[in-house]
Amino acid sequence: MEIFVQQLINGLTLGSIYGLIAIGYTMVFGIIGMVNFAHGDVFMLSAFIALIFFLILTTWLGISSVVLALFFVLIIAMVLTSLWGWAIERIAYRPLRGSFRLAPLISAIGVSIFLSNFVQVAQGARNKPTPPMIGDVIVLFQGASGYNVALSYKQIIIMVTTAVLLSIFWYLVQKTSLGRAQRACEQDRKMAALLGINVDRTISLTFVIGAALAAVAGTMYLLYYGVVSFSDGFVPGVKAFTAAVLGGIGSLPGAVLGGLIIGLIETFWSAYFSIEYKDVAAFSILAIVLIFMPSGILGRPEVEKV
Amino acid sequence: MNAPSITTSSAQSPAGTTRFDLAAAVKDSAKAALITLGLSIPILAYKTDQSGADLFLTPRWGLVAIFCAIVFGLRLALHAFTASRSYRKALPDPHQATEAVHAEPSAYQKVSKFGIPFFLGIALTFPILIYLIQGGLNESRYWVDLGILILTYVMLGWGLNIVVGLAGLLDLGYVAFYAVGAYSYALLSTTFGLSFWICLPLAGILAAFWGMILGFPVLRLRGDYLAIVTLAFGEIIRLVLINWVDLTNGGAGISSIPRATFFGLPFTAGEGGFAATFGLEFNGMHRMIFLYYLILALALLTNFVTMRLRKLPVGRAWEALREDEIACRSLGINTTNTKLTAFAIGAMFGGFAGSFFAVRQGFVSPESFNFLESAIILAIVVMGGMGSQIGVAIAAIVLVGGPEILRNLTFLQAVFGSGFDPNEYRLLIFGMGMVAMMVWRPRGLISEREPSVILKERKAISGSLVKEGHG
Repeated sequence: MEIFVQQLINGLTLGSIYGLIAIGYTMVFGIIGMVNFAHGDVFMLSAFIALIFFLILTTWLGISSVVLALFFVLIIAMVLTSLWGWAIERIAYRPLRGSFRLAPLISAIGVSIFLSNFVQVAQGARNKPTPPMIGDVIVLFQGASGYNVALSYKQIIIMVTTAVLLSIFWYLVQKTSLGRAQRACEQDRKMAALLGINVDRTISLTFVIGAALAAVAGTMYLLYYGVVSFSDGFVPGVKAFTAAVLGGIGSLPGAVLGGLIIGLIETFWSAYFSIEYKDVAAFSILAIVLIFMPSGILGRPEVEKV
Repeated sequence: MNAPSITTSSAQSPAGTTRFDLAAAVKDSAKAALITLGLSIPILAYKTDQSGADLFLTPRWGLVAIFCAIVFGLRLALHAFTASRSYRKALPDPHQATEAVHAEPSAYQKVSKFGIPFFLGIALTFPILIYLIQGGLNESRYWVDLGILILTYVMLGWGLNIVVGLAGLLDLGYVAFYAVGAYSYALLSTTFGLSFWICLPLAGILAAFWGMILGFPVLRLRGDYLAIVTLAFGEIIRLVLINWVDLTNGGAGISSIPRATFFGLPFTAGEGGFAATFGLEFNGMHRMIFLYYLILALALLTNFVTMRLRKLPVGRAWEALREDEIACRSLGINTTNTKLTAFAIGAMFGGFAGSFFAVRQGFVSPESFNFLESAIILAIVVMGGMGSQIGVAIAAIVLVGGPEILRNLTFLQAVFGSGFDPNEYRLLIFGMGMVAMMVWRPRGLISEREPSVILKERKAISGSLVKEGHG
């Protein structure tokens, strides 16, 4: 029972990170129908940006409050990662609209390879550990066998930040003119353009928002694990994509729901079955969902028009 | 993705003959340089180095300045180039749409007329040429080894080309079949003592079998889902190879795999070996040269089978499937079976290449079969022009051999510093190359859709006339 509660907490923390990344996949898929394969590497890049700015702020500028430093790091990482997201869309995806159907995916794979190796060449291949940031925990209750169920401050920060940013983002998509333009482009791009929506700008903004949320996930990942390497984009990227597919690709609440489910499955699998096969479990879920339930939990079934 | 994109580009002035506007170009280039600056902060500007347990930062603003200057210069050059080109384009073209379309020998036909016999000749005589140039068997070891490596990738590229280039199925887990082939040979030879020549077809059959098992459930998915699921299967197979320690010995891999024999004659120094039987002086290079010709034969077999298959109904169905799946289905082609044959045959050649890999190395471990390997093979196929056999071969030579040759150029080390290793930058360039290829020449450097059947004379096919990227 204690183990179960503890794993639930861990799973929800991990799941909120996956959910944040999954939104980037699902939004891009919704609006231009492509799998942005490079999104996982954008996430990894943002973790590096956060790491470097954390070091600058704490060691050079001498900010001693970790929470304050994290706040600044989060904002800077969101801005700079958004710039990357924008540039990637502008250079690698925009010229391919109207090209043959596999072209954007191949281009995205190219961007993914480029990004991970760019970081490898620029920052070196070794794992980068951060100084331990926040180590305090709250003991929720003590089990009979002496097993403490603990909720760490890190986990609280991650879940609260995720919830706050998701509600801001939800407001943005549901209530603002940008969100309306985005949903219009999602339904019919040509018609939206005829009605005076700047389609290019809307798509760019979609990438910018996706990258900003990936930057939040990257900062949280760094805070949670305290270590990052150039190859860390691939597996979380695939898992977040699995989350997006499981929740129903194109659906925003679905992405968050899928992220939480994947996070829970992963932690429970590691706790009760075998930790070696946890990635196999995630990859198998991806295959099974795509084969048997391609429209996901909250997605609309896809209709092919000729 | 069928809807034509609506662009709101304001750069195209209707006349197109405006003179080169220097001020605007400089402004735009400055903007590009500024964006580069933003992108380089902080990944390029600060390097994290580790001393003990602590990380510290090393500033590198000089590097950022160089990058911004390069982007500024390139952007300016691009502006000048497009301005001069649009000026030339505005002049009336004397041949414009007045003549009937006729089939001029295209770049592909020019290359294939002289290029294919030339390349084949080089490939067949490569060890002899190297022997003559280097002046000895032992001196030519490095080059023959490089030749084997390149040919392995040529073969893998040709195998994947069946799946990606002909049938239009993006397979991101091709390396799984390479792994199946390698482990089949490794396990069959170490546990049952079977020889390479029995294991080779078995490895191909097993890989094809796995291709069918994996392919059957996923082949009704649409293109990009299929790609992701094949990626997932590739990773699952690698993770199982790592974790199933009883069978595969886990991450440590399987070593002491029996070496190749010359149809039963081992390449050993003693009595009954290859050298003794043919009355030669023993040299380790005999085995290398044998391996070279073995992989050459396997690669040529792949090519030959592919070229013949293209002319069979199933091959034509593949290409039809690549162009338009819905049209195929309405014409009564069983798309699942067609895809499955492409998948299985591609996997079979991957399996052959895998068992060759195992016999060459004498050692297999899961680390040789990660996603990057799949990505390299895919990059070879994409940059060679999906569907073009000679293009894939050239791409493999350039992409695999290129970094090796660059490494030996000593003046590059004088420019970039003594620790310069082009192999580090190889994947960086592959990634950029894949993007550039999709943006500028989506059909590859040698973009040609060869008709598989010709009636009387060669004519331009519609594929050569439509805009690139539509089809």
